[in-house]
Amino acid sequence: MNVEGHIKEIKKAAAGIDRPLRLMEVCGTHTVSIFRAGIRQILPSNVALVSGPGCPVCVTDDAYIDKAIAYALEPNTIIATFGDMLKVPGSCSSLSLAQAEGADIRIVYSPLDAVDIARDNPERRVIFLAVGFETTAPTAAAAILTARSMGLKNFFALSAHKLVPPIMRALLDSDDIKVDGFLLPGHVAVVIGAEAFGFLPRDYRISGVVAGFEPEEILRALARLLRSIEELRAEVFNEYESVVREEGNRAAQSILDQVYEICDADWRGIGRIARSGLRMREEFAEFDVERVAPIEVEPSKKNAACRCGEVLRGAIEPRECPLFARVCEPLHPIGPCMVSVEGVCAAWYRYNRG
Amino acid sequence: MCLAYPAKVVEIESSLATVELEGVRRRVSLMLLPETKLGDYVLVHAGFAMQIVDRRTVDEMLETFDEMNAHER
Repeated sequence: MNVEGHIKEIKKAAAGIDRPLRLMEVCGTHTVSIFRAGIRQILPSNVALVSGPGCPVCVTDDAYIDKAIAYALEPNTIIATFGDMLKVPGSCSSLSLAQAEGADIRIVYSPLDAVDIARDNPERRVIFLAVGFETTAPTAAAAILTARSMGLKNFFALSAHKLVPPIMRALLDSDDIKVDGFLLPGHVAVVIGAEAFGFLPRDYRISGVVAGFEPEEILRALARLLRSIEELRAEVFNEYESVVREEGNRAAQSILDQVYEICDADWRGIGRIARSGLRMREEFAEFDVERVAPIEVEPSKKNAACRCGEVLRGAIEPRECPLFARVCEPLHPIGPCMVSVEGVCAAWYRYNRG
Repeated sequence: MCLAYPAKVVEIESSLATVELEGVRRRVSLMLLPETKLGDYVLVHAGFAMQIVDRRTVDEMLETFDEMNAHER
């Protein structure tokens, strides 16, 4: 079916549902695609699309950034990181500012690039900033296994990987967030499988649809989600079946499980969520910089006016934050939601400021 | 961060593959997708092949990338 067909289906299903609906996407790439294509504007008036905590950079806690900066300023240290972490504000600095002060911070495209940097600089300590959801975590795990098989003693990770299903549960369990259905993150599902979202219908009686990233795929997924709500069904559908398998990628899951175990994790602006993150298993402690060379940082300070936490939970829209588009802009971001191109505030600023 | 792109596997050497996308070649690891065969189209994320995809999906994704590039440059 084409775009017009999906829109027609969306309107028909929405007309049959006599109440306002909040559908949430939990993937920064979806957020950007939805804004770019203007999908929010064409939805029926009773259907609201809300962005959840789908941007890994945005949910990375201030304390983690403070720690990364502290390591970066240590002598004989190279920090290897994905580029989108550079400008994220910590309590009073950023990696980008640390770099300007002389810290050796290198942008990598793959965790394996960080392993290569360690191999090429045997006398220096290389710390990879291991952030990201289930899509990215197996690549960090594979890099750690690679470093081990190469016998590298100077490769480390500062790990803050996070898991999507537990934060979805936390949102659904909280009293102030109402979600009627989820657009599920396609590339997270590539790893964990569509079946990993089975808790939605089972425990919460709501539907979720695994969606691709083109406007047509997002509309198709929304049509499916609304149809299921109209028919009072609660199910998980895979509308990205050309890429996502029911069981996910078993090899990636197995490598992830070999290196990491589940732990509690701090989400920026949201707080600590039980069993929502990953830490290296005891067997890999020698690669965990926090265990090998713990570092103390001051308790993190937050800008009291910044409401990123509420934006991340879908509790408020960016324009309800007093800083948005006034002092917080893409070139001078105050909060992480404005820093990352996948951040909700950045998407609003760019596409939706009318 | 979870961005991924499709590419064709044109060479395999143990757990490393060379993939090609619109004439650009890159080395990717097959550690997370050991079943990859020569000629497969794979979804690549952060230097790793993550999933085998069919040709039709590849064409659709490339269309999206072209549009995204047109907007961002």
